[in-house]
Amino acid sequence: MPEINIKAEPIFSVFGLHITNSLFTSIIATVTFLLIAIYYSKQITASKKSGFFYFVHFMFKSINDLFKSILGDNIKFFLPLVLSFFLFILIQNWFGLLPGVGSVTIAIKEYGKIVHVPIFRGGNADLNTTLALALISVVMIQFYGVKFLGFLQYIKKFIDLSNPINFFVGVLEIISEISKVLSFAFRLFGNIFAGEVLLTIVAFLVPVLASFPFIILELFVGFVQALVFAMLTTVFLNGAIAKHH
Amino acid sequence: MDSEGLKTLAVALSIGLGALGPAIGIGMIGSHAMEALGRNPEAESAIRTTMILSIAFAEAVAIYALVVALILKFT
Repeated sequence: MPEINIKAEPIFSVFGLHITNSLFTSIIATVTFLLIAIYYSKQITASKKSGFFYFVHFMFKSINDLFKSILGDNIKFFLPLVLSFFLFILIQNWFGLLPGVGSVTIAIKEYGKIVHVPIFRGGNADLNTTLALALISVVMIQFYGVKFLGFLQYIKKFIDLSNPINFFVGVLEIISEISKVLSFAFRLFGNIFAGEVLLTIVAFLVPVLASFPFIILELFVGFVQALVFAMLTTVFLNGAIAKHH
Repeated sequence: MDSEGLKTLAVALSIGLGALGPAIGIGMIGSHAMEALGRNPEAESAIRTTMILSIAFAEAVAIYALVVALILKFT
């Protein structure tokens, strides 16, 4: 059974920057994402559109309708952010399920001895990736709160000196913003990493056919986690831009 | 008992006990969502959205236990 590592291993380095196997897979996923986006924007102006265009368009439409029920008319402004979160996480999660990810190994030299590490590893199975996504999400929530309400109005949510109860509520709000980062990061990381561990263990427990239902389950989990990440961002955004008194 | 055995026991206990609460919570969310759906079938999309969100919050607790178990196990 291959050794299970909770952190991603560096596979090569460019000018002193260690490229880990998770980062490598993330780069491939980003390029895939970019190619789909370029293809989609090219097809918009074409007179005869392909079936793939309609498939992507259908997906955009359903996500748009789902988030419109939460955000209302602000959806036009926020759709690029939440849709990017959704699609990027979805592509990364499903990329980690492809055959060869985690099983194709490469020999590298570590501390003077040769070890075999997987060349691909699901992007979200590394805490750094999910922490980055969580930080982007929470920072953007603060940014849009300030943009929609004005700096003073927004900061009043956290620092309110009008009476002692409001002051402690403000302290709790600050703690809740910090815990949002942790909960975003650990939820995504935990789900995807647990999925990878589960698939590895099942494949070595029962070699034939037993992995199949678990891969279907992981497809579903990857979709739900992408949806939950985007939807929680939407709900928090909606809370941040709402006027309160 | 040696330290390795204790460590394995800690891993099993952390995820086992950590999954108990969220399991009860998710079950209650599901049952109450069904109840709400039975009373008010046309509100299906709103109920589904809120239900998935609540389940994600409840499940996050189990995931924290899982992360603790994984860190104990693999480091």
